[in-house]
Amino acid sequence: MTRHTLSVLVEDKPGVLARVAGLFSRRGFNIESLAVGRTEYPDISRMTIVVSVDELPLEQVTKQLNKLINVIKIVELEPSASVQRQLVLIKVRADATVRSQVLETVQLFRAKVVDVSPEAVTIEATGTSEKLDALLRMLEPYGLREIVQSGMVAIGRGARSITATAVR
Amino acid sequence: MTGAQSLVRSLEAVGCEVVFGIPGGTILPAYDPLLDSTKVRHILVRHEQGAGHAATGYAQATGKVGVCMATSGPGATNLVTPIADANMDSVPIVAITGQQSRPLIGTDAFQEADICGITMPITKHNVLVTDPADIPRAIAEAFHIASTGRPGPVLVDIPKDVLQEQTSFSWPPEMRLPGYRPTTRPHGKQVREAAKLIVAASKPVLYVGGGVIKADAHAELLLLAEESGIPVVTTLMARGAFPDSHEQHMGMPGMHGTVGAVAAMQKSDLLIALGARFDDRVTGQLNSFAPDAQIIHADIDPAEISKNRRADVPIVGDCKEIITELIDALRTERETATKVDLAPWWATLNSIRETFPLGYDWPEDGTLSPQYAIERIGVLSPADTIYTAGVGQHQMWAAQFVKYEHPRTWINSGGLGTMGFAVPAAMGIKAGEPGRTVWAIDGDGCFQMTNQELATCAIEGLPVKIAVINNGNLGMVRQWQTLFYGERYSNTDLGTHKHRIPDFKLLAEALGCAGLRAESREEVDEVIGKALEINDRPVVVDFVVGKDAQVWPMVAAGTGNSEIMAARGIRPLFDEDL
Repeated sequence: MTRHTLSVLVEDKPGVLARVAGLFSRRGFNIESLAVGRTEYPDISRMTIVVSVDELPLEQVTKQLNKLINVIKIVELEPSASVQRQLVLIKVRADATVRSQVLETVQLFRAKVVDVSPEAVTIEATGTSEKLDALLRMLEPYGLREIVQSGMVAIGRGARSITATAVR
Repeated sequence: MTGAQSLVRSLEAVGCEVVFGIPGGTILPAYDPLLDSTKVRHILVRHEQGAGHAATGYAQATGKVGVCMATSGPGATNLVTPIADANMDSVPIVAITGQQSRPLIGTDAFQEADICGITMPITKHNVLVTDPADIPRAIAEAFHIASTGRPGPVLVDIPKDVLQEQTSFSWPPEMRLPGYRPTTRPHGKQVREAAKLIVAASKPVLYVGGGVIKADAHAELLLLAEESGIPVVTTLMARGAFPDSHEQHMGMPGMHGTVGAVAAMQKSDLLIALGARFDDRVTGQLNSFAPDAQIIHADIDPAEISKNRRADVPIVGDCKEIITELIDALRTERETATKVDLAPWWATLNSIRETFPLGYDWPEDGTLSPQYAIERIGVLSPADTIYTAGVGQHQMWAAQFVKYEHPRTWINSGGLGTMGFAVPAAMGIKAGEPGRTVWAIDGDGCFQMTNQELATCAIEGLPVKIAVINNGNLGMVRQWQTLFYGERYSNTDLGTHKHRIPDFKLLAEALGCAGLRAESREEVDEVIGKALEINDRPVVVDFVVGKDAQVWPMVAAGTGNSEIMAARGIRPLFDEDL
């Protein structure tokens, strides 16, 4: 099984997320990551869906997704030809004895501290899921108190726009 | 005008002639203007499931969109089975449901059900209308989506206060469906690739599915078959797409198909699938299905292609256009290609079908043969008769022993396998084709699920004919118990024989129908003759038949098609080379 990133342009209508999510679960696929947000067009939303699945079942689920009336376009974004980012907020135990080491790790990963208290710091980091995993591994020994992670968002490299061709 | 008036005006504008439904609290506003409509006839059914299947019967018989209507909550949930049924068999129906008023949605109000959520996986599309101004567009889009591309059910859910609110009506509304662009024109290159494979094949088979009937492509299919000389098999959903009397017709493939049709596919070197979906009931065990065949798969739904079996040549498009272009491409291709002689292929197939024709034995206990009763109905009824069926043994016998010559004369529940389909479907067929004889071949189990719609038929002037193939049992389940569960008959005896409860003849009369009965071979033709003469009310014929008759041939579930049994223990294609 390989990991695939799908960009799905949908009409911004009630229930469309349920339709898409329902289709994945009905056909037996587990969504690893999901992000939904606006686009430069007011009535079009964009979903970025990450799934681990073989080539053939992926083709089938893509075709089934295309059958949903509210789905306008589906593009698979290759990691090499796209920029993929996730955001994570990490609350890590960091009292005076270890705080400087934690901050050093934060700098190494070009993350930043967004909140601080005597016992803990909250770190904001963005990147690919691999980078964020590495950061989490480094911080784990200090004690991870709470983690919240966004879905992956991705955009193709170069000047071309998938939304522009979709609405034409 | 009100939203309700706008709804009725929209239904009139879109060409809806008949609505099957039952009013209730939230849909009540819509029923008021419906009373005044001269264009839309409402048929008051006895159960919403009946409304849904009637809409399906109507759609399958006429090719138009069938419409059913129900109130919110239980009214809407009673439509779930027929909607799922229409979804599996790609039938264009539009279901209109009332919904609780907007401020009450999500509060667990009386008769509230999230019917859009419930039917999401079983509709082609559904929509909750939240603004009365959107009603004409919602109805226009629903009919458009239901009837184009791969047809299917669409549900339109309308809150009561949206129906009551004032709005304006204009027609035609602008449809806004940026994500809906079905492909109907096939790709020319793919059609030429298909033609190349076809002229080179020495054992080709035309594997015809229900899509050919939906695309009205039967005339094109006949031309393609006759110009190419290729054998044809028609699936359960495609019975009637190609005349049964045609010498190139090998019959129905699948679990209860003919040995000839199943053998043709198993031994084929090229399957040309037209509007078919490689369903498990056709392929048997997938990895041993048609092992030597290349696949040309033509379907309007790209998601069907290579779903179950990888296609060597995929063609997305409407079957009528595909077959038309394929005929042209084949003519061009034949000018240069060396002609492959199909005579050896036909010799093989003819020998198989002569050795293993469809047939049945009379029960040893002297009871009436169910196959005989069904066969005689087919022989004695007018040529343009439309048949429908429930689900089970009687359905398979009706598919096997009635001979179908025309499309849209065989209407059944194929994909979902919905017991109780026959009576309400017959009602819908008769409403759409009032001038034709409509026979529902039903089982005693199925009949007891939905026979209340006979009251509707009697009152609404829909004189359908019902043949209850009454073996006193859930016959197909009993057959599996005989074959696979050591003859342990757990809960399949309905007691219909033992106690004559219900007495179908009396039940028919109570429902305003004529009730007839046949219990012996001698009585069969006589009661069918009588049934055909009665046209002022529905007729129910109770054919009391033996309980041990079985459906043969059979490919047991989970086995490969080459293990087809012509009769119990006889596997003509297995371990020997015919």
